[in-house]
Amino acid sequence: MSDPVAAAHDWRPARVVERRDETPRAATLRLAVDGWRGHVAGQRVDVRLTADDGYQATRQYSIASAPSSGALELTVERLDDGEVSPYLVDVAEVGDAMDIRGPIGGWFTWRPGDPGPLLLVGGGSGIVPLMAMAREAVLSGGDAVDVRLLVSTRTPADLLYASELEALHDARRITLLHTVTRDPTGARSGRIDAQLVGELLRGVAPEAVFACGSTGFVEAASDLLLAAGVPAGVIRTERFGPSA
Amino acid sequence: MPPGQHLVNDFPVLTFGPTPRSPLDQWSFSIDGAVSEGRRWTWQEFRSLPREHIRRDIHCVTTWSKLDTQWSGVSVDTLLDGIEPGGAFVTAWCDGGYTTNLPLADVTGGKAWVVDEYEGASLAPEHGGPARLLVPHLYFWKSAKWVRGLTVTVVDEPGFWEQNGYHDRGDPWKEERYGATFR
Repeated sequence: MSDPVAAAHDWRPARVVERRDETPRAATLRLAVDGWRGHVAGQRVDVRLTADDGYQATRQYSIASAPSSGALELTVERLDDGEVSPYLVDVAEVGDAMDIRGPIGGWFTWRPGDPGPLLLVGGGSGIVPLMAMAREAVLSGGDAVDVRLLVSTRTPADLLYASELEALHDARRITLLHTVTRDPTGARSGRIDAQLVGELLRGVAPEAVFACGSTGFVEAASDLLLAAGVPAGVIRTERFGPSA
Repeated sequence: MPPGQHLVNDFPVLTFGPTPRSPLDQWSFSIDGAVSEGRRWTWQEFRSLPREHIRRDIHCVTTWSKLDTQWSGVSVDTLLDGIEPGGAFVTAWCDGGYTTNLPLADVTGGKAWVVDEYEGASLAPEHGGPARLLVPHLYFWKSAKWVRGLTVTVVDEPGFWEQNGYHDRGDPWKEERYGATFR
């Protein structure tokens, strides 16, 4: 009988089995992992790369794929000064090996059957774990789950999964609210506002709202959600990156 | 550096929910639970306690480490001075509902502080201000932000992340990152 505690500690060998570009700065890798037992939407994995000289680097990435798809996919955005992301986005190809540990996380998760509408607020690459949730809701729930995704990106070209999201929106499987900021200094990662948050929340009593992105984005989103009357305990956040 | 960590020069922020914002005139810090006597300090009283400067490396379970971080605040030994604990564990509880659990032995003997300044300035709300727990020898989720008290307990009571997939103790040198995560 497998030991869930030991399983969480184990590094498992993995291979890239598929790779596709998402945007000029991001790519999705589909991985085959020895002994993988699945995940819950919203969870992350640790990814460890080992260089020829034995040097190792470990980073965390959110799982992009829906659990019911049976696939394990990560979407990685290249950080200009990153040590691992440039490799994963620009160099990794089918057949490449890495180690995976996880899945990790038990708070920022959503399962079919969880109460309430699925309310998602994402900034930039913060959309990745939210996409796993939206994909799972669509795969498992059909029209039963009211999925609403508010996402902010710097430019339209930065929206991950754009064609998939637009198709789901057009088919009325999800409600997509997409905003871009054109701040020329790039100092802000997104400009959601009270009106957009109001549209996200219109006519529903939120049981959980999932907000993910840079810490600046998540602070702004949280403040807007609180100002709209969402109780603090309903807002679940996940942050990437440095302070402000 | 502990295994599996990498250095960062910035200071990432990770939280489970919105940032609590606690006005100082409503802030207090308490010691309670299985103790001979409870204690409670207002902000002014807390600021009048003997203080220390602390300079330590910190290690986050998400694999980033930051060297030589500088804090100032009050040693947990000072807060517990003269109190007889009736249990071997503490639960740190915080504005916003966060909790984390530690053995009493991990917060005594010069290993833990309640800090209200970072790099010489008041601790920002995003980093846990007005005050947070600082326990640098364990993964940084044990350094509870927005801390308002320590409750001494007889039994080890898993806190927020400990109930959500993370290790009960969190020693970075043993890579004690995760508990049972698959539910």
